[in-house]
Amino acid sequence: MLVVLGVFILWHIQGYPAMPGQKFGPAWFPGIVAAGLAICGALLVVQGARSGAPWVALDGWMERKRPVAGFASVILGLGFYVVASEPLGFHLTGFVLLLAWMRILGTRLPLALIVAAVAPIAIHLSFYKLLRIPLPWGVLERFAF
Amino acid sequence: MLANFAAAFALVFDPYVLWVIFASALFGLFVGAVPGLTATMATALLVPVTFFMAPVPALASIVTATAMAIFAGDIPSCFLRMPGTPASAAYTDEAYAMTKKGQGEIALGAGLVFSVIGGLFGTAVLILAAPSLAEVALKFGTFEYFWLVLLGLTCAVFIAVGNPLKGLVSLLLGLLVSAVGLDNPAAYPRFTFGNAELAGGLTLIPMMIGMFAVSEILRNASSIDEPWEMAKVHVGNVFAGMWGLVVKYPMAILRGSTLGTLIGALPGAGADIAAWMSYAMSKKFSKEPEKFGTGHVEGIVEAGAANNSALAGAWIPALVFGIPGDSITAIVIGVLYIKGLNPGPTAFMQNAPSIYAIFLVFILANLLMLPLGVAAIKCAKQMLRVPRDVLMPVILLFCIVGAFSINNSAFGVLVMLVFGVVAWLMEENGFPVAPAILGIVLGAMLEENFISSMIKADGQFLSFLERPIAGSLAVVTMVVWLFPALMFLLRRRATLRAGGSS
Repeated sequence: MLVVLGVFILWHIQGYPAMPGQKFGPAWFPGIVAAGLAICGALLVVQGARSGAPWVALDGWMERKRPVAGFASVILGLGFYVVASEPLGFHLTGFVLLLAWMRILGTRLPLALIVAAVAPIAIHLSFYKLLRIPLPWGVLERFAF
Repeated sequence: MLANFAAAFALVFDPYVLWVIFASALFGLFVGAVPGLTATMATALLVPVTFFMAPVPALASIVTATAMAIFAGDIPSCFLRMPGTPASAAYTDEAYAMTKKGQGEIALGAGLVFSVIGGLFGTAVLILAAPSLAEVALKFGTFEYFWLVLLGLTCAVFIAVGNPLKGLVSLLLGLLVSAVGLDNPAAYPRFTFGNAELAGGLTLIPMMIGMFAVSEILRNASSIDEPWEMAKVHVGNVFAGMWGLVVKYPMAILRGSTLGTLIGALPGAGADIAAWMSYAMSKKFSKEPEKFGTGHVEGIVEAGAANNSALAGAWIPALVFGIPGDSITAIVIGVLYIKGLNPGPTAFMQNAPSIYAIFLVFILANLLMLPLGVAAIKCAKQMLRVPRDVLMPVILLFCIVGAFSINNSAFGVLVMLVFGVVAWLMEENGFPVAPAILGIVLGAMLEENFISSMIKADGQFLSFLERPIAGSLAVVTMVVWLFPALMFLLRRRATLRAGGSS
């Protein structure tokens, strides 16, 4: 098993100082939780050190190009949506993202274009029209239907 | 009870509800059959769609889709040597070995028939146990609930996972997340960092979509260049020889269904763990354990029944106490609150027809599984040929809309992303996700019941043990906590003695 303990502990130390300093009532619960986390974190380090596993280990797929690109594109794409959906609107963002994701994961261009165009429209029809979820229009506001 | 069933009949046998059930069944079969899409993911994706439905069709669609998905998870085991959902992972190799021996048809048939039997068994237990448990639960006060929640969380950590320490870390992380926001007994803004979105607390559904859908898509993306190799399976009459199996392995079916229902009812452990445990149990009690792993149907019979019965078992604590039995019901509880069907003993009196409608849907879904399951097996080849590189992006876009739709804000998408990455990191490093979900769902309940009990007891901790039910729950909880330590000491003494004698 490949254990990446380091990441966890780093996160852990950063999370800890944020807990105390509040009044007794509301701080009690997260305080106990944080203390538990600290103890468990320490125990895990001991366990990890005993088993002699490497602290940071790379999985096999990280050396191959397409999986890494795909993986990164999922994270970056979602981040992009959070930033861009308001100004650009759902339909444009959705089209761009779908196209990018499919191309990176290895779909041929014609198929990717068709799916990227059809899927946002299908979602629009079912969610916006049928379920009345106000998906943002962004720059396409003028063409809203 | 009969009057409730009559009212429930009218609710379920409505053309719209039946249509929803049928559509959800097809959705569930597809999601279950495609490796990398899980039953929990199906639930998380269904929530935004069911958001605007009436309570009964909304819950019906979840029940049906998950039941179908857990069965359909068996299908790719025979074709691809990959489980369609984690619940089938326990016997994937066995099923594939049967395919290699030319018995793929029997493996598929057994998966279907014993899924149905297990599902119906679990449903029967749910129908019988839940209402009577609810009557007991009416007497529960905050002390009892505190211990019950604690016991549930404890089970999730110790029973579900190989490494309790990692389970505990996962649970604590979940509890920490549940502490975010204003929604605590003191109404003090915790961990909000001045952010208005965080003050309301983190919404369950975007978190769930992240943890179950986005993390799964990340896993798919990281293996996108590994092609699937399809084995040839001749599919004729999948029911041939099934009656013979029923006669040959009645104990296995009963054992699998019972164990499955029990594991399902235990918080934190769901269909996947039920399947692993009953497969191991089947091997232990079998007359021919040496055949396991070489394409022997007995394990598939028992574990196939177990994972479907676990599904229904998980609803018992969810409906009666609001404590989820598995990750699917964790999402369901969120849906119940949204629909105004707050889980708990009073739901069995105030909303009895709706609750009984859920029972009916369970029966209906399991019966519907027979014809639709055959159809799914017949078109398995086509389903498995849907290209992943197209499927995953479309699902991802669907996730975005789902996460957005709960609060109509892009913040939900951000929450989904963060929790997706965290869940992926956790699973890659052997941290189980189930305890974290339980922590998220139950954290507020734990704290609330503790604080109000403390106020009632005027700070006297001993009063947590004074009432009889509370006291016994406390004892059970302590035993579960001390059990691993005890085992460790016993084993140590045993090894010491062994070392001394040699």
